[in-house]
Amino acid sequence: MKTTILALLGLALSLPAYAADPDTITVYSARKEHLIKPLFDAYTEQTGVQIRYITDKAGPLLARLKAEGANTPADMLMTVDAGNLWQAAESGVLSPVESEALNQNIPAHLRDPGNQWFGLSIRARTIVYSTDRVKPANLTSYEDLADPKWRGRLCLRTSKKVYNQSLVAMMIARHGEENTSQIIEGWVANLATEPFSNDTMAMQAIVAGQCDVAIVNTYYFGRLQKEEPDMKLALFWPNQDTTGVHVNISGAGVTKQAKNRDGAIQLLEWLSSEQAQQQFAGLNMEYPINPAVAADAVVAAWGDFKADDLNVAQAGKLQAQAIKLMDRAGYR
Amino acid sequence: MHEITPDLPAVRPDRKAGPSTGRFNRWHLASGALALLVAVPLMVVFSGWLQPSTEVWSHLAETLLSRLFINTIKLVLGVGLGVVLLGVSLAWLTARCDFPGRRLFDWMLMLPLAIPAYVMAFVAIGLLDFAGPVQSALRDWLGVGNYWFPQIRSTGGVIFVMVLVLYPYVYMLARTAFLTQGRSTLEAAQTLGYGPVGVFWRVALPMARPAIVAGTSLALMETLADFGTVATFNYDTFTTAIYKAWFGFFSLQAASQLASLLLLFVFLSLMTERFTRSRGDYHDTMRSALTTRFSFQGWRGWGITTLLGLFFAIAFIAPFIQLCLWAFAAISEELDARYLGLLYHTLLLGLLAALVTTACALVIGFSRRYQRDRLTALTATIATLGYALPGSVLAVGIMIALTQADNLIHAMLASVGSATTGQILGGSVFALVLAYVIRFMAVAHGPVETGLSRIKRSVPEAARTLGATPRHVLTKIYLPLLRPGLFTAMLLVLVDTMKEMPATLLMRPFGWDTLAVRIYEMTSEGEWERAALPAITLVMVGLLPVILLVRKTLQDR
Repeated sequence: MKTTILALLGLALSLPAYAADPDTITVYSARKEHLIKPLFDAYTEQTGVQIRYITDKAGPLLARLKAEGANTPADMLMTVDAGNLWQAAESGVLSPVESEALNQNIPAHLRDPGNQWFGLSIRARTIVYSTDRVKPANLTSYEDLADPKWRGRLCLRTSKKVYNQSLVAMMIARHGEENTSQIIEGWVANLATEPFSNDTMAMQAIVAGQCDVAIVNTYYFGRLQKEEPDMKLALFWPNQDTTGVHVNISGAGVTKQAKNRDGAIQLLEWLSSEQAQQQFAGLNMEYPINPAVAADAVVAAWGDFKADDLNVAQAGKLQAQAIKLMDRAGYR
Repeated sequence: MHEITPDLPAVRPDRKAGPSTGRFNRWHLASGALALLVAVPLMVVFSGWLQPSTEVWSHLAETLLSRLFINTIKLVLGVGLGVVLLGVSLAWLTARCDFPGRRLFDWMLMLPLAIPAYVMAFVAIGLLDFAGPVQSALRDWLGVGNYWFPQIRSTGGVIFVMVLVLYPYVYMLARTAFLTQGRSTLEAAQTLGYGPVGVFWRVALPMARPAIVAGTSLALMETLADFGTVATFNYDTFTTAIYKAWFGFFSLQAASQLASLLLLFVFLSLMTERFTRSRGDYHDTMRSALTTRFSFQGWRGWGITTLLGLFFAIAFIAPFIQLCLWAFAAISEELDARYLGLLYHTLLLGLLAALVTTACALVIGFSRRYQRDRLTALTATIATLGYALPGSVLAVGIMIALTQADNLIHAMLASVGSATTGQILGGSVFALVLAYVIRFMAVAHGPVETGLSRIKRSVPEAARTLGATPRHVLTKIYLPLLRPGLFTAMLLVLVDTMKEMPATLLMRPFGWDTLAVRIYEMTSEGEWERAALPAITLVMVGLLPVILLVRKTLQDR
């Protein structure tokens, strides 16, 4: 017992003390390891700068950043949605970055107006439908899915997922609370079955005939398509005459207490650059943030679309309001 | 409340051998220190009340809370009933009866323990939901709409999955209890004309009650704290509100407040149980290897075998095969050299946690044995509360406590003139193991306490009277007699640690990825199939200690 504790103590104390090291960048990432590691490896190879990272959900990572305060080892926080980045900026753990390269590489509506965080890839949330039972001519918009003609034909993912919260937040920004509320109630009335815990299940339900339309992120569709190339499922780009397809971002910001601030900024700039963007977005079949970079061939085959150009910061600002609205509408 | 027990005199004749009750002594100190260890992160959680979050509360109260309460109650009742029925009856069958294949079922029935609940959840939904292979086959065969099939994503479905993964807690503890019940008592009952049913209801079940209660409370604490399983089912329970407050409304305060209510509820339940438990101790130190089992021959025996086989197929073989199929499809993409590192970290952390946690639980167990006062009951209960909190909430509580400690150390160092920054405790293996100890103390406590409760007080006392040193009493009497309980405790903590996700994710040192971390990476974006390989590896690694343990208890019998 005593020896165990001593051994543990020894192990703990023998760990290297984390001092500021210009050749190391430390990243807290809510983006999954296999989507960032290849890029980090490439960066290390090019520059010799080592990158340490830890992956977890955004909530716990943010709590850790806050608790560690000045002693945090983290130089950069990475998330997979704008809401959490907005919240990180709001709680004061990020710091503004003035960078010509970032401003040039990233469209203004996909980064923080206060320059505390930056989008690195675009995630489009769109409509998917059964090619057997739905004519694309009958589809128009997210709002239209509340129409009674879709009664018993709609599948949705849970309202607890931040992608849906962002979508509804953006609808509130466009239509106001009252109208959005009616739309969500319409969705709930049209549900074919209880909301699913992920997008893939919703698409599989369409394939199996449980429902006809769903709202999903495109890369989930891409993954399923890769497994089953013949599935009777297709993407539809809604709201093309109005607001455009809802987009969210995967992005990052430099921490306020960064020990290697310069290194973190350089990494951020590199990630948004043409040479990294193809891979950053391509690894997960997302869209590059940098307009100069073409999407992956598989992704490009789904066609071009007009995207919503409202600043994604709205998703964070209106998230709480969106959740309350969905709770009241009975959208689980 | 009657806690003065019939078998323990208030003042002991030999003051050196047994510390007296009522006064503060080293047992109080030891259990108090362990309780403090757990209490600090819990206090961090309770400190959420320092900041009001009325907005979140009023919204939750208006829209969700009543449904969440009802769902949680349904879940607790369903899972409680399920694990007791399954766990106890299976334990009775394998420990006290004989039928074809019994020796196999002995250990096979423990295997579902190795399957993480969240893995079982996605396998169950993948197999049984509308789009899954089972219903698809039915549709092909009978035509759309021409068959009835229960909705898996429902209250019943969640209970079903939870019972399947949690019953082994009850099974293992009850089985050890049944196995160690003295043959004299049981045979006396048989001589008096009780059949298998009578012996079970009148003698064995009451004697095994502490073990069954311990196993069930573990299962229920896990049910209350669960998030992964209910999230996969999109089933709203009290933890849903906790995570909604935190991740949705960005209010860690409101989440802490909700979590502390959950904690308070568990604390009161545990204290009530501890104070009202009948104190009739059942001390049996006799090995019961020679006890005759109730033998079922012919169609009855084979009937039991078939039923258990069917159950085992549902609880373990089906999910195992599904995982294998998925893993096989993803193996070329997934398997790389880093798996060795994942395995190593998983096992090392699990073993460290198992050893330290069981040692701590032993200290608490001895404290409760020697000190039957309220203070000790209180400290012991507090020390086991870590298991009742949702993992992420506890992990953040521990993490905040540790970073505060770091900040304190920095401040102290600065005051003596050496300025430092960075992490000291935070992000170390030490911190992570500490987190496991805090989380899983309850898991080790159950088996250790039930093990201790069946050692007759007179045995160590007699040894002391005959001049044995305390060390001898420990090594020659307690440890050998406690061996099954200690092994059970270590196994449970080992398996639970290997499956543990939130604390591992948040507190692991850089590069210390485990199999559970790997599973998280895949499941966080719904790539269940790719998660199958790490999941199945985890199950396999979990099997080794399970089998080892069974070997051990077989020998002990």
